[in-house]
Amino acid sequence: MLTIDQTTYDAIVAHAKRDHPDEACGIVAGPEGSDRPTRFVEMVNAAGSPTFYEFDSTELLALYKEMWDNDEEPVVVYHSHTATEAYPSRTDIGLASEPNAHYVLVSTREHGNNDGPVEFRSYRIIDGEVTEEEVTVTTTDTTSPTS
Amino acid sequence: MAIEVRIPTILRTYTNGEKAVNAEGANLSALIDDLDANHPGIGERLLEDKDGKSDLRRFVNVYINDEDVRFIGGLEAALSDGDQVVVLPAVAGGASSWAPSVAR
Repeated sequence: MLTIDQTTYDAIVAHAKRDHPDEACGIVAGPEGSDRPTRFVEMVNAAGSPTFYEFDSTELLALYKEMWDNDEEPVVVYHSHTATEAYPSRTDIGLASEPNAHYVLVSTREHGNNDGPVEFRSYRIIDGEVTEEEVTVTTTDTTSPTS
Repeated sequence: MAIEVRIPTILRTYTNGEKAVNAEGANLSALIDDLDANHPGIGERLLEDKDGKSDLRRFVNVYINDEDVRFIGGLEAALSDGDQVVVLPAVAGGASSWAPSVAR
């Protein structure tokens, strides 16, 4: 199961809507081993394409070095599909390389850049096997201590 | 000559879970041979055959001292003692049904 706070959820959806009709991509980092997505990082889609995304290789290295320095890992890897359902494509499955990550897919096919609901689904992709999982959105920011 | 190679999570099955290992080689090609000699199978995950020649896989990034090797000679990129090598799989995908050649 993916547990994600509302603010981060909204940020992913907003990014996907803004970049439509191109695919949007990014990660949410979190403390290593915590399974808590706490630090939202929007990435540029270097492919700039409606059917493909790829992090720029220089930005990818900078991102990972930052995570290593912070003892973080990519808890969520997200991207959007802009004309098809929020389900991993063969390409997504073939290229999934973070066995510990939740792969979040958002589909903007219904409302594009406009307001309106989106499909927001999460998967584990390990050795080519896709397993959909439940998404629980918490109303409070789970990253800060509750008062 | 020791060069530290940072191994991504998905390839740590080849390094007994180690995040970084030492390897040797005067260029990237030799370094990968040395890595594969000590961690059998890892070379295949980094290299593929392109027109009869071995080349880095399209969706594997290798950096020498923070430089993407594709800009500094690819497999021929020179290495010296104390260099830092990082291997990172590309973060990529998309709705396209084109099936890329992948590192598995």
